[in-house]
Amino acid sequence: MKRTPIYGLMAEFDTPESVIHAARKTYEAGYKKIDAYSPFPIEALSEAVGFHHNFVPLVVLIGGILGGFSGFALQYWIHVINYPVVVGGRPLNSWPAFIVVTFEMTILFAGISAVFGMLALNGLPMPYHPVFNVPRFAFASKDRFFLIIFSSDPKYNAVDTRRFLEGFSPRSISEVPS
Amino acid sequence: MDEQPTQAPVIEPGYTFGTVTDKISSIVLTRPTSNGWFMGFGIAFLLTMGLLYAIGYLFLKGVGIWGVNIPIGWGFAIVNFVWWIGIGHAGTLISAILLLLRQSWRNSINRFAEAMTLFAVACAGMFPVLHLGRPWLAYWLFPYPNTMNVWPQFRSPLVWDVFAVSTYATISLLFWFIGLIPDLATLRDRADNRAAQIIYGMAAMGWRGSVRHWARYETAYLLLAGLATPLVLSVHTVVSFDFAIGQVPGWHTTIFPPYFVAGAIYSGFAMVLMLAIPIRKFYGLEDFITERHLNNSAKVMLATGLIVAYGYGIEAFMGWYGGNRYDAFLLWNRLHGPYSFFYYMLLLCNIGIPQVLWIKRLRTSPFWLFVISGVVLVGMWLERFIIVVVSLQRDFVTSSWGMYYPTRWDWMTYIGTIGFFLACMFLFLRVLPMISIFEMRTLLPEAEVKE
Amino acid sequence: MSDSSKNNARPEEVCPGKKGKLDLASLRERVAATKGPEYWRSLEELAGSNEFRAMMHREFPKGASEWVESISRRGFLRLMGASMALAGMTACTKQPMEPIVPYVRQPEEIIPGRPLFFASAFTLSGYATPILVESHTYRPTKIEGNAQHPASLGGTDAFAQASILDLYDPDRSQTITFMGDVRTWSEFAGAIRGPLNIQKGLQGSGIRILTQTVSSPTLKDQLQAFLKTYPQAKWHVYEPVNRDNVYDGARMAFGQPVETIYKLDAADVIVSLDADFLYGGYPGFARYARDFAKRRNPDTGEMSRLYVIESNPSSTGGKADHRLPTRATDIENFARELSTSLGASAAAPAGEHAKLISALNRDLQAHRSASVIIPGDHQPPSVHALAHSLNAGLGNVGKTIFYTDPVNANPVNQTESLKELVADMRAGKVDVLVILGGNPAYDAPADFGFADALKNTNIPLRVHLGLHQNETAELCQWHLNETHYLEQWSDTRAYDGTVSIVQPLIAPLYAGHSTHEILAVLSGSGESSGHDLVQSYWKKQRSAGDFDSFWRKSLHDGWIEGTALSPKQVGAKAAGSAPAQGAQGIEINFRRDPSIYDGRFANNGWLQELPKPMTKLTWDNPVLVGPAMAARMGLEKTDVVELELNGKKVQGSIWVQAGHPENSVTIFLGYGRRRAGRAGTGAGFDAYQLRYSATPWFTTGVNMRKTGEKYLLASTQGYQTMDTQDGDARPQVRETNLEKYRKQPNFAKEEEPPKDGTLYPQLGYKTTYPNYDPKNGPYQWGMAIDLNACVGCNNCIVACQSENNIPIVGKEMVNRGRHMHWLRVDAYYQGDRDHPRAHFQPVPCMQCEDAPCELVCPVGATVHSTEGLNDMVYNRCVGTRYCSNNCPYKVRRFNFLLFQDWDTPQYKMMRNPDVSVRSRGVMEKCTYCVQRINEHRIDAERENRLIGEGEFTTACAQSCPANAIVFGNVGDPNSAVSKLKAGARNYSLLADLNTRPRTTYLAEVRNPNSELES
Repeated sequence: MKRTPIYGLMAEFDTPESVIHAARKTYEAGYKKIDAYSPFPIEALSEAVGFHHNFVPLVVLIGGILGGFSGFALQYWIHVINYPVVVGGRPLNSWPAFIVVTFEMTILFAGISAVFGMLALNGLPMPYHPVFNVPRFAFASKDRFFLIIFSSDPKYNAVDTRRFLEGFSPRSISEVPS
Repeated sequence: MDEQPTQAPVIEPGYTFGTVTDKISSIVLTRPTSNGWFMGFGIAFLLTMGLLYAIGYLFLKGVGIWGVNIPIGWGFAIVNFVWWIGIGHAGTLISAILLLLRQSWRNSINRFAEAMTLFAVACAGMFPVLHLGRPWLAYWLFPYPNTMNVWPQFRSPLVWDVFAVSTYATISLLFWFIGLIPDLATLRDRADNRAAQIIYGMAAMGWRGSVRHWARYETAYLLLAGLATPLVLSVHTVVSFDFAIGQVPGWHTTIFPPYFVAGAIYSGFAMVLMLAIPIRKFYGLEDFITERHLNNSAKVMLATGLIVAYGYGIEAFMGWYGGNRYDAFLLWNRLHGPYSFFYYMLLLCNIGIPQVLWIKRLRTSPFWLFVISGVVLVGMWLERFIIVVVSLQRDFVTSSWGMYYPTRWDWMTYIGTIGFFLACMFLFLRVLPMISIFEMRTLLPEAEVKE
Repeated sequence: MSDSSKNNARPEEVCPGKKGKLDLASLRERVAATKGPEYWRSLEELAGSNEFRAMMHREFPKGASEWVESISRRGFLRLMGASMALAGMTACTKQPMEPIVPYVRQPEEIIPGRPLFFASAFTLSGYATPILVESHTYRPTKIEGNAQHPASLGGTDAFAQASILDLYDPDRSQTITFMGDVRTWSEFAGAIRGPLNIQKGLQGSGIRILTQTVSSPTLKDQLQAFLKTYPQAKWHVYEPVNRDNVYDGARMAFGQPVETIYKLDAADVIVSLDADFLYGGYPGFARYARDFAKRRNPDTGEMSRLYVIESNPSSTGGKADHRLPTRATDIENFARELSTSLGASAAAPAGEHAKLISALNRDLQAHRSASVIIPGDHQPPSVHALAHSLNAGLGNVGKTIFYTDPVNANPVNQTESLKELVADMRAGKVDVLVILGGNPAYDAPADFGFADALKNTNIPLRVHLGLHQNETAELCQWHLNETHYLEQWSDTRAYDGTVSIVQPLIAPLYAGHSTHEILAVLSGSGESSGHDLVQSYWKKQRSAGDFDSFWRKSLHDGWIEGTALSPKQVGAKAAGSAPAQGAQGIEINFRRDPSIYDGRFANNGWLQELPKPMTKLTWDNPVLVGPAMAARMGLEKTDVVELELNGKKVQGSIWVQAGHPENSVTIFLGYGRRRAGRAGTGAGFDAYQLRYSATPWFTTGVNMRKTGEKYLLASTQGYQTMDTQDGDARPQVRETNLEKYRKQPNFAKEEEPPKDGTLYPQLGYKTTYPNYDPKNGPYQWGMAIDLNACVGCNNCIVACQSENNIPIVGKEMVNRGRHMHWLRVDAYYQGDRDHPRAHFQPVPCMQCEDAPCELVCPVGATVHSTEGLNDMVYNRCVGTRYCSNNCPYKVRRFNFLLFQDWDTPQYKMMRNPDVSVRSRGVMEKCTYCVQRINEHRIDAERENRLIGEGEFTTACAQSCPANAIVFGNVGDPNSAVSKLKAGARNYSLLADLNTRPRTTYLAEVRNPNSELES
């Protein structure tokens, strides 16, 4: 598709309700490449922009299993295979004593994969992003709500899309230069 | 939201997204640094220097400068370690467990509770290293491939400690940090001097509040909370294993894990209150940290305090009922031995005095809460002293009984860590939002999505 | 005269630091002024001086003493001095010139790293303890007992064990000095030639020689030769701890001084009248302990019965079946009553001890000619006379008691002898005074004022020979540095008269000279080596036969065949019945210190830190009082009291000693030294100041006043009973009496747990399990300690310390509970505090099969060997001290600070090269002398055989005089240790914890007189 110097059109709203309403309508109107920005998490809004598949839990699960397994394997290898010494008259594979570390390793790996998995899936860190070019966007981290339609959307058209957005009577509409 | 009309609100009416944001971020961005801050930080800093001096001297001479001996191989170092770790439990507990329980009142205290956790764990983490005979070899407790081809001994509770505490530190840090990201973005956008913008910008990692990000963020945060909950319970359990696995009378007890965890939360909330009460006063945050928070925290203290009391009860009962001559004598020694005074003080501080929290007026009076929290912190320190020292002091073979007298270096190190802890707190208050802004926003009525 | 003016000036010259107050400036000047060869010496004296030490001490903040307290102090000046003094010495140890004969192999076969053993003998107050000396490339490192020698059968005592440290004592006198300046040997020889020539004309009337007790045949011969050339010269003998009473008692009874030798293994009933014959220092102790223990085993033959009537709790009293604490003054009466009751048999005696005496009477009558009555050395002659007549009356002589000529070459009354000397000195009759060893200026009776006489009577020529620049050396112009017995040739006699040749293990460290060599010079026979002197004497004795083989054999075996004194017949005169003294007021007893003897070992750190057998005190001498008396006079531990006797006063700290007789106090000699060295100077108080020639051992009428001050005494065992305050009694030492034992032999096993206390499968190396698997190696080491045999003589503690390079920590650290002894001997008192039963329990590492310490070590620094040892890997230890916390026996020791002396070069030579020297921050403990195990395993493997039973044993077991400690392979059912462990008395300490110790104990069984059981 053709590239334009415009990254997308951004509408600014005052309340959660209004932006949710607008997002829904936009999505129904067939715009698929859209996104919304809010100063705090709003579940309804993410659904409204058509976000459904969240892979974070899967990443965490894998991390956890990996951690637990490697935790026990490490101890077993050390005490039974690599460095077998009699300690306190206990058998080499004193598995009850190995539980604790196994557990901690599970948590550690799961936790780390939760955080870094989330960041990765979000594509963070990303110091530069076109939306920051809009001066008013600074309020996205305070008390304003934004809805953007990306120019990459097949249905995107500078004139119609702007008119379409004006339909929601937002506080302001601004073009996002790319 | 589980607002009950009868209770005081978690945030006073009349605030908007904007005002909440401004009020909290202004503390960091615009508000001038007060002399009080400088004075407080100065004192804390001096104590930290004292700590460094004590540590330097320790490394020069060896642990012999402390009061430890045979039979009392562990003294202040381990007492302080357990005490700090215990305090370090409240933060994650508040953030994680109360989050899972949807206790939204936590939102205004979790941020600095978490910070407190980190600093407390940092203080705690010092001691196991310092108390070693050869601290420069502390890394031998970690499993790393080495030419000697020797490894840690994973049956030892101390190795469990290493894993538990370091895991706990890592997870708490991550938890605290991702909690900060959206607020860092806010500060980035609010800051007007360039340096601040760049630094906060870096830290915010380009967070822009996309709802997709929010969705993943919420999941990750919730999962992390879910993971931190068993972790926070496990950490003090493992710490209690240091004693419970040993066969010293007074250590070798199955009641230890639950009663240590309860004790940890007990002291943790006491510390939270001791910090929250002055902070809300000096920074005028009474609207965000309301009577309701004090009241709830006090209730948690009361509950955990009773669990701890039960623990003491069982210990004493088992000493008498178990019929083991060594446990029986331990009980005698606690009640009549050379350290009995501290045992009675412990009972007074941890069980006696906190009972006044049944009175609502005291639960909601900042002053009295502050005092009682202090008492509880002292009591919990004494508890660890009794467990570590009095148990070791007179164990199995009567010929090897001994006494323990802390030296000036013991005290210097202990007080030094308190200074270090406070110094960190002061810095935190100055450069980071002490209350989670975005979570406060969600508490506002306008955040409620109708229809 | 100019001489005297010099005298007055001397003390400062000898030791500048000795000035009243510290004048740092002058010290600096002194350093600057002195140069050349003297440089280091002056420095060392500077640093060695008390004021200087004190100054160094004060330089640090108060309470910083953790690391600069008395013993671990590292004054850098003194250090510099010492190391300069000995620069390079450690590198070039010279072997003695003359051929010395190794015990096992020829010296030319020496293999670096493999020790050689040489037989020699350690002499204390004239009585020899035969020893083997372990030598690593000509560095003596360890004293072992000589198992071949009839006088010891392998046992030693703590003094012999610790004597190795004296050899390497950095404070030893290192040069010949005149007025404090260094002189050479030839200068000395020249200097005395003149005076001696003058004396020739006077027949030597101005010469006085003062020696300590002499038993060396060679020396006796030399002295007599000397007295031939100088007929008017006098030979005086003095030692503060002497046997005057013994010989005077013999004179009283037989008209001649005799040595009494007891055969304790032949005695069914032993009565000790204040004799502490079961502690080191008593002539024949090693053999007596062995014989005594032989008869105290209920499983092998008839048990003997021991009655002890004593004025001061001793290890002998601790072993008694019946112990009567009595004031020393009343013991004579007791002996009298006993003899009268024995004389008139059926008569029922009156008096407070009637019950005991009549029972004793019957018991003795029942065992005629199989009993022994042993009078204590410090009881007056009359008691000895009584004992002799009693023994004669009971027909013991020739059966359990033998009389020989005295071992002492000159058995005069030493107090009298010294008195004479002082009189002559004051009378100005003395021109040449030669003090050969000893320290009379410090330890002479208070009323003699010997030091004063020595200082102010202007004797023109005063020569002192000694190991240290001590209080006496300070008052003599000439000081000659003596050779340690491990550096010199000599000969000496054991308690039974058997002669041992003393052969040097190392060339003199400081080019010192032996008494023999000095005498050779004095008697004008010119320079001749000790070797020639001793050998030529024996050549004279052995004109017949091949001398060389005789010489070799004597050196090799450690004694000379057939030199034991033969029993002699003596007719007992009727015991002179002196009236019993009236005993008014508080009695005071003077005893030699159990650790530092008469003060000669004051600078021996091992002995200073050796817990005294009954009090477990270190580094100090207490004032002992009984519990009743303490209660009566409101005295407590650490109260400082002032003792006043005939105007003289001393201050000491109270120690309430269970079993000490009422209305009596005991103080110990040997402390309060002014010039002992870094370890001994200033420790404790000087009891000699109250000791008068008339009453050397005890007297009444001392005034005791509480000063109100407190002085902390350092004890290694704070709690000396098995009873806990909650009314429980812990069965740490298990005890019963013979009757009960016969009825119920397994009494000790009550506490044993079921043998299957765990869910885990059992590991193969556990011998306590049927599935013990020989493929884990043929050796399973274990130890059994017979509490019945142990006499608590402390020998094992020092043996262990010497074998394993264990550091000393000093008084302050002992007070903080940081002493390092791997093996401790616990003393417990049970029952009435005034008449307690005492128990001794040696506690090394138990080598648990399920070791609690191993489980909790995070770095695997303590792990188990397949031979059942609880190994300690020092290099791996990071010092969490968790293992010690979890050790129920508390046998682990931790280097809280840098306790080991890494600087003093002498100590580097002394250490056992087979044992790693631990540094700061490391846990250490008993390892069953694993270095010995490995050495012999290597030998055995090289020779492709198994280690034989009894091929080697641990340091503690090797030299145990009572054979109480038995070590061996418990994997082999026929080994001695296995047999002991199979016995009924065998029990493990804290068995209920199921740690399965490899070290087990044999329960105590006493043999009380049923008449007295109530």
